Amino acid sequence: MKDNAVFTSRVLPWLLLLPSFVILLVFIYYPALQAWVLSTYRSNLFLNTRQFVGLDNFRLMFTGPLADKYIQVVIQTFVYGALVVGLGLSIAMVVATLASQNVRGARIYRLLLIWPFALSPAVAGTIFLFMFNPDIGSVNQVLESLFGIKPRWLDTPILAFSLVVLASVWKNLGYNMVFYLAALQNVPKELGEAAAIDGAGPIQRFFRITVPMLSPMTFFLLFTNLTFAFFESYGLIDIVTSGGPVGPPPADGAGLTTTMIYQVTLDGFGGSGNTGLAAALGNVILVFTILITLLQFRYGSRRVQYGDN
Amino acid sequence: MRRRNAWILHAVLIAAVTIIAFPILFAVVKATQTRVDVLSPSLIPGTQFFENVRNVFLNANLLVFMRNSFIAAIAVTVGKTTLSLMAGMALVYFRFPFKRVIFGLILLTLMIPIQVLVVPLFDIVSLQPPESLEAWWRWLSRPDRILFQPAEYGFGWANTYAALIVPFLASATGTFLFRQHFMAIPSSLADAARIDGATPWQFLRRILVPMSWNTIGALAVIEFVYVWNQYLWPKVIIRREELQVVQVGLNLIIGTGEGVEWGYVMAGATLSLVPPLLVFMLLQEQFMRGFALSDSK
Repeated sequence: MKDNAVFTSRVLPWLLLLPSFVILLVFIYYPALQAWVLSTYRSNLFLNTRQFVGLDNFRLMFTGPLADKYIQVVIQTFVYGALVVGLGLSIAMVVATLASQNVRGARIYRLLLIWPFALSPAVAGTIFLFMFNPDIGSVNQVLESLFGIKPRWLDTPILAFSLVVLASVWKNLGYNMVFYLAALQNVPKELGEAAAIDGAGPIQRFFRITVPMLSPMTFFLLFTNLTFAFFESYGLIDIVTSGGPVGPPPADGAGLTTTMIYQVTLDGFGGSGNTGLAAALGNVILVFTILITLLQFRYGSRRVQYGDN
Repeated sequence: MRRRNAWILHAVLIAAVTIIAFPILFAVVKATQTRVDVLSPSLIPGTQFFENVRNVFLNANLLVFMRNSFIAAIAVTVGKTTLSLMAGMALVYFRFPFKRVIFGLILLTLMIPIQVLVVPLFDIVSLQPPESLEAWWRWLSRPDRILFQPAEYGFGWANTYAALIVPFLASATGTFLFRQHFMAIPSSLADAARIDGATPWQFLRRILVPMSWNTIGALAVIEFVYVWNQYLWPKVIIRREELQVVQVGLNLIIGTGEGVEWGYVMAGATLSLVPPLLVFMLLQEQFMRGFALSDSK
């Protein structure tokens, strides 16, 4: 192993590592173990009871009367995740590519594109909730005066789902833009010029040169955007739709904007108050997360174009 | 032909900039309007901004929410950066047994998002601590109970700043970034320092820290923004309004009933955007360089 290990103290490295290690042990590793322990108990938060049930919570989620609801929530989460990642990354990639062209005022465009980097899901949710409020929201007031329609954005299942996707994609644009613009600065200009001389049009150049050159960054952003869709979107969803509204059959088991992490908190801290079921669903998400991570490392990194290193 | 292309490019870019900025500008304009105007589609700036800010600060507790967010975000940012720097230094500049295993164990936590652990973490943070050291020791000395049964004791930190800060002090990302950065620093520097008889502490203070400002800046941006924007954990663990953070606080201002004062809410949303944006703007250079993004490698 290549290292710069020059100091020989026997105690000091352990002292340096100790604080980080204790925190990870107590607040990540022990809870992760507890998540599996808790998932084998059926509990009632309000009666303060707890009973060992083995794998019953997992069985409940995938067979039996509750299965429809949980399977629906899993599917919704993946559809939502795919849309947020797919739309978010492709829009950001196209706009970032345009903004890094040799155009007058490019610096100003870039600055105007990256400033919402630090936008929070909750603030995005708050603004969208107000803009799309069916009665007093500006969007509906404009739509009504122009077309005479007042869509019920928050109560119509498909509209509510689209609204949450739209808000999420918008929330991530600034973030994705920062990383794509930075990565584009490292793409050598000569590549595009050479291709242009060979007669490649702008669209061909985009797909043949820019997209492959950006793939390491896309790989990184895929992670962060998926993490957002799986976990951090909680605040946005909680504020805009509170997980609702319930759709027509067969999507009538749970609210159409309830993602897995939303269902975890519903089970754990509200509604049924069954922390065991919540822990079990948490573990299912954990397994999904690890699987996706491994898949990305296994297959993602192979197609990645690493430029000149 | 070229000219027309340039015009199309400008048009698309202006559209993109407008779409990205519009909702935020909308919030800013609405924050300045009166109670009546705010409910109309009008986008003409009003004169009520300071009035709205005063109301949301004093009557809707925004000042308290923002103070709490500041305390948590600054404490976590400083603590996390310090602990990651220490861990990174240990992993690069010392030789000790099980180094790879330890690094692996730290890195592995990247795959375990803390949100998934919200239920058990809630137990561990909020359960009351044992009444005596003896009871604590009795629990610790029974591996069957500590490992295979739901946790009996915790820290009793519900509704405290500690709950918002301590669980987030260690960072796999930070440790990884510092390790990468230190490995890229020429080893001759460390050798020279050792030959000159520098202690690890002097080496850290005189050489490592001054050479690491970009990494420190990049981490500070990530951590500050991350903690400032947190929603799920504070919502669950903090139930007392005077200790709540700004993201959850915004939702408390909206409340559930009729007659939401949207002017106040938009003023609150606007103000809560300012701190992370400032941190990002101030440290933008370091942020970009810390990831070796704007430097040619």
